[in-house]
Amino acid sequence: MERDRVISSKAEDRIAEALIRAIRVLPEDVESLIRRAAVAEHGQAGRLALGAILENIDEARRSGLPLCQDTGMFWCLASVGRESSVPLCRVEEAIIAGAGRAAAEGYYRKSVVEDPVYSRRNTGTNLPAVISYELADGSDVTLHFLFKGFGSENCSSLRMINPTAGEDGVSAAVLDMMMKAGGKPCPPVFLGIGIGGTMDRAAFLSKKAFFTEPEDSPLRRRLMDEVNGLGIGPGGLGGSQTVLDISIISEPTHIAGLPVALTVNCWADRKCSIVFKEGEL
Amino acid sequence: MRRELHLPYTQDEVDAIRAGDEVMLSGTLYVGRDQVHKRLAAAIEEGRPLPFPFAGNAIYYMGPSPAPPGSVLGAAGPTTSARMDPFSPLLAGHGLKVMVGKGPRSAEVREAIGRFHGLYLQAYGGCGALYSARISSAETVAYPELGPEALLRISIHDFPVFCMIDSLGNVFGGKP
Repeated sequence: MERDRVISSKAEDRIAEALIRAIRVLPEDVESLIRRAAVAEHGQAGRLALGAILENIDEARRSGLPLCQDTGMFWCLASVGRESSVPLCRVEEAIIAGAGRAAAEGYYRKSVVEDPVYSRRNTGTNLPAVISYELADGSDVTLHFLFKGFGSENCSSLRMINPTAGEDGVSAAVLDMMMKAGGKPCPPVFLGIGIGGTMDRAAFLSKKAFFTEPEDSPLRRRLMDEVNGLGIGPGGLGGSQTVLDISIISEPTHIAGLPVALTVNCWADRKCSIVFKEGEL
Repeated sequence: MRRELHLPYTQDEVDAIRAGDEVMLSGTLYVGRDQVHKRLAAAIEEGRPLPFPFAGNAIYYMGPSPAPPGSVLGAAGPTTSARMDPFSPLLAGHGLKVMVGKGPRSAEVREAIGRFHGLYLQAYGGCGALYSARISSAETVAYPELGPEALLRISIHDFPVFCMIDSLGNVFGGKP
């Protein structure tokens, strides 16, 4: 039992450390897409916004302050290997302990309220986290974390479109949601799109999409062009750089439906994945 | 065009700024977001005293992350202005007509800013570390129980913003 506790606390350390870093330093691919956009943008006001964003990335790295005061609500997908011997309750315990410690020691803003409609009393811990579990091949346990800021999450949305609407229907739904979002979600944005399943499954896939390698499908290319064509631009100040990347997951659905879910992440696309090998959790 | 605005402001300084101008803010700025707006609107409607003078002062829609040792505040970038839209026309009518936030505003807010000759200045979204570095002091003015949403007074210098709506009600890019 003593040995178990030691292992568990080391896992908690690794999670807390990763979560404290993730709200300060962007993943390399995210930062390089922002730097590329700063070169490509020709809109004068949009360039100002991208200049401030680049300055902010450097300042956060220098000062150790979070990139954004909205350090988000923890969203975690625990991907558990079918051959893993770790009990699910241990996975849950590690996520909650690691996230709680990161929020306290990492100067997270405490952005979570208890009762959504009435008291809206702050829990003071940035918990609970939103946790989902799925089974995967192999014996690893991988924890995928998003730090879901709500300036962008308030622009996330879902449409149950007509099953015969096809690619044009998917595109029209995404463009309509993005036009309504305008400059609110801190563009240039990253988009996750979930298509198919049931209403809730599509919504889940739109978040899981941030952890898949973007595949260069015709639909992705079309949506990149069309969303950038809206001209919302960095900070909503106009320009060609509205979306930096789009990831799409499609799954089987019912003959009568075509669910399309969109998760909008701001330019500060903070995320991390932590892999535990068998015996490490 | 690049301009400066010292806070508290004079009407002449406000009137000189046009939609599309880059503006550097300095001086004293009040900070409040969703729940503060709800409470300020309630105070006006119930005829209760306001926690700070509206005339000449500007409000910044922001809720900081906690200050680590050695910092005045944690990250301190703007939050989405649209959520304040239901309250802003009423507050502007009572003098709180210069606002700093991010993202588009409603037609009602644009109309109120034009009518009362205020400004809507957009700070750069997500740039919490950048803005924090330009805040030299911060104190809680009211509603400490709101935690990160409390009403603050901060001293700022070289705070970069962009004028989206000017005192004539002109909107940058033509849309609110």
